[in-house]
Order: sequence, then structure tokens, then C-alpha cells
Amino acid sequence: MAYSEKVIDHYENPRNVGSLDKNDPTVGTGLAGAPSCGDVMKLQIKISTAGVIEDAKFKTFGCGSAIASSSLATEWLKGRTVDQARAMKNTAIVEELNLPPVKIHCSVLAEEAVKAALADYDEKQVAARAGVESEAVLV
Amino acid sequence: MLPFFAEDFGNPASRNHPFGWKAEQAIDTAREQIASLIGAQAKEIVFTSGATESDNLALFGTAYFLKEKGNHIITVNTEHKAILDSCLKLSREGFDITYLGVSPEGLIDLEELRAAITDKTILVSVMFVNNEIGVIQDLKAIGAICRERGVIFHTDAVQGVGKLSFNVDEMNVDMASITGHKMYGPKGIGALYVRSRKPRVRLSPLLYGGGHEKGMRSGTLNTPGIVGLGKASEIYNGQERDDEAARLIKLRERLWNGLNSKLDHIYLNGSWEQRLPGNLNVSFEFVEGESILMAMKDIAVSSGSACTSASLEPSHVMKALGLGDELAHSSIRFTLGRHNTVEEVDYTIDIVVAAIKRLRDLSPIYEMFLEGVDLASIKWADAAH
Repeated sequence: MAYSEKVIDHYENPRNVGSLDKNDPTVGTGLAGAPSCGDVMKLQIKISTAGVIEDAKFKTFGCGSAIASSSLATEWLKGRTVDQARAMKNTAIVEELNLPPVKIHCSVLAEEAVKAALADYDEKQVAARAGVESEAVLV
Repeated sequence: MLPFFAEDFGNPASRNHPFGWKAEQAIDTAREQIASLIGAQAKEIVFTSGATESDNLALFGTAYFLKEKGNHIITVNTEHKAILDSCLKLSREGFDITYLGVSPEGLIDLEELRAAITDKTILVSVMFVNNEIGVIQDLKAIGAICRERGVIFHTDAVQGVGKLSFNVDEMNVDMASITGHKMYGPKGIGALYVRSRKPRVRLSPLLYGGGHEKGMRSGTLNTPGIVGLGKASEIYNGQERDDEAARLIKLRERLWNGLNSKLDHIYLNGSWEQRLPGNLNVSFEFVEGESILMAMKDIAVSSGSACTSASLEPSHVMKALGLGDELAHSSIRFTLGRHNTVEEVDYTIDIVVAAIKRLRDLSPIYEMFLEGVDLASIKWADAAH
């Protein structure tokens, strides 16, 4: 199977590899996949008070297409709003990277990782508001 | 081979003219060469299109011929797909198949084999050398058990013939599949050794139409292919082969030691001792196989990872070893051969070590491992695949 140039590019020069502080209340951490499937993606996003994604980082255990899909996802997320991130679809990744049918599931996993990161962020927001409210009550 | 494509184009089955005689002579020579390599008689060699066909002929041919006598076949769960898929088909036709398991080293248990044989058993098929992990089964002992119980013993000898000493009498083998392209010969040509006495093995043919190869395999012979297979058998025999085996063992040790001294958490898959000299199969924990292949652009290796297979299933051989899916996905098979050098091995070590380090920096599960997280305790998201 010949890899598309874009997949090779992301594989050799992955964007935004690394980690953000998962305890930071403005960071959402998403984990998708499983080692037994040969695919695990960890995707993290840091969101400003205005709801804009300031930073995104990823780490992936998986094939070249999986690494490329998650790398591309972090590239797109940076600078976008939370709502735009929620609307991100795997098909856009498939198109951009020219993924063959057998690798489409890699893009689906990337989408899942993004959604998981957003969900984690949402949960933290809810917990933070609850904390603020209870403080208000105490006062 | 070349003359037989255009100049000496006669059909070896044409008995009536010099063009045919010349081809027939070339075929006879090839038969002798192949027979000599495995300790058989020329008349016991049946030419096929390759080992897949040889395996099919051995299995279906025996099953259909002996189905009145019994319907039980014994094989191993690490066999090549040509055997396993054929057995699957036979099981759907009413044959009873026993798949022996293997130890973590990749070897079958002889007592388990002995206990599995019943009075309905008509065939045992165990491959000589495994194509993924290079593990060598004890054919002599297996064959002895089969002889004792009057059961025909077939071996897919593809990965071992021409690389290791193989003799059908010494190893008590009744049928053996071989193929050209695993012996530095051409692709698209193979053979099935079929014992002619003690016991005389008889087969139901898969191909009808003229009764070539003593009725076992009809069809005009692939003269250039056969000449190539014969020559390959002749070139690489005896002392030269044994010297090469010794060279490959040293080369492989160099490769393994190079990797093992520079990387941690890597594991050898399959027995180190009972192994084809040129084969090395390693799992690199926390890194997936296909991503390793991508880093090795000018080095040809393969992986047991699901990501490299069309079916998205991890290697069945890795599974049979009890490896666990994660390590199966992280496995790489390196095979060294006649043309490989020390420089190439050293180059490979450098490339692999650099790739593993880079990919582990990219790996979330390596990160978790370093943080002391117990990966087995994590509730992974429901896998869509």
C-alpha cells in the first residue's frame, strides 16, 4: 500500500506532539481506541475563556494513517472555536489525507478523540460552575 | 529458464517430436534435482503452481481419497493460511479437524499429538518451519508417531527446504509442499512430494484434464518454471547451505544484540533455539508495527499488526503464541538471507532504534507506562473495530 504524501508528511513531521496539563481546568483530554486494537489516540485541547482553542496536542499509538489523522486534527483545532470543533467530521480528514477505505477508521478514531476531549472539557466546566456556586452559597 | 520461453518452446508432453523431447529432458533433470534435495525419487515429485496448490492437493486430495476410511485431520493453529483455509473448507464439508495449540515458544506438544490421533484420523499436517516466527517443528518425531499409528504425514516444508537439511526418509514424511520463490527460485511454481511406498500415498486430483503427473495434476507443465525450480534446488545444497546457515545465525545474533542492547521492552517471539537461522521476530512494546514499517523505507520487513493486513485482524500466529493483541500489533519480522551483509544489519539496527525512540515519544501508552499507570486497569473506549 503506497501512502499518500500528506500521510508521510504528517508521519515524518508530526504537528503538536506532546501533552498539556490534564489537571488544568481549561484543558480537555480525550482518549480513544484500545491497545488490543492497535490504535490509541490521546488528544488534548486548551480552551480560552472566550471559547477558542488556544493549543492542541496529541500522542498516538497506531499506524501511519492514525498518526497523520490525529496530527491533522490538532492542526485544525488550533484557533477554532469549541462549536467549530464539535462540528469537525472524520470525512474531512479522509479527504485531506487521501485515506484508502481500509484506513478510514483511523479518521473516525480521531473524531472520537476530539469529541472525548470536548466532553472532558464540558465536564470540567460543569464541575467548576458547581464549585463557584457552592462558594457563593457559603458566602 | 530463459531458453524455455522462446527457443525450446516444446510441450514436454509431446512425445513425438524433438521439440517435446528437449522439454521433457529438461523436466526430467529438474525432477532429479528436486528429488535429490529432499531425499526422494524423481517419480515422487508432482509439479504444481506453487505451495498453496501443493497444500490444497495434499489436504483435499487425501481427504477425498480416504473419506471412506475416516474423516479426522490434525493440524496446528500456527499453520500457513493455505493449510488453515483448506481445513476450514473441509470442516464445512463434514471433516473433523483438530487444531493443536503451541507452547509460548511456538512448538507443538508431541504427547498432545499422540493423544489426538483416533482410528478415524487420515492425515496429520504440520509445517516444517513457520513463516512468521521461523520456529522449526520436530518432524522426525512427529513422523514417527504418525508411522506408528498408520496415519499419513504431510508437511508444508516451504520455509525450510533449501535452507535446512530436509530428508523425507529420515523425517518420516509422506508428503511435502515446496515452492520456488522461497528457495531463491521463480514464483508461480512448486511441487508436492508424494511417497510411493511404505506407505504408498494416493490422492484424489484437484485438476482434471489429461492425467499429467500420474493423474495427480493435469495440465501442461510450466517448463521454464520447473527448470528454474530444479536449478534452485541444485544451487543450494549440502555444505554450502550449512555454511550459509552458520553465517545467518551470526548475522541474526548481531541484529538481535544490537537492538536489545539499545532498546528496552522488546521481546523475541518464538523459540530462539529451534529457529530458522535467518528469522527474527520481535515485538517492540508501546509502538505499533505499521508505524515502524513506515520508518524503514528501504528495508523490507513485515509486521503481525492488524493495520498491515487487509482484514484488519492481527496475526493468527502471534495469537497462538499467547502474545496478546497489543504485542501482536507491535511485532516485526526480519528475515536475513544470502545477500544480506553485516553493513545492512548495522544500518537496520540504527534505523530501527531511532524509529522506536521517536515513536515511543509519540505514544500515549508509553507515556502512561512511564507514569506508572497500569494499562490493564484502564477502561478503554468501546472499540468500533
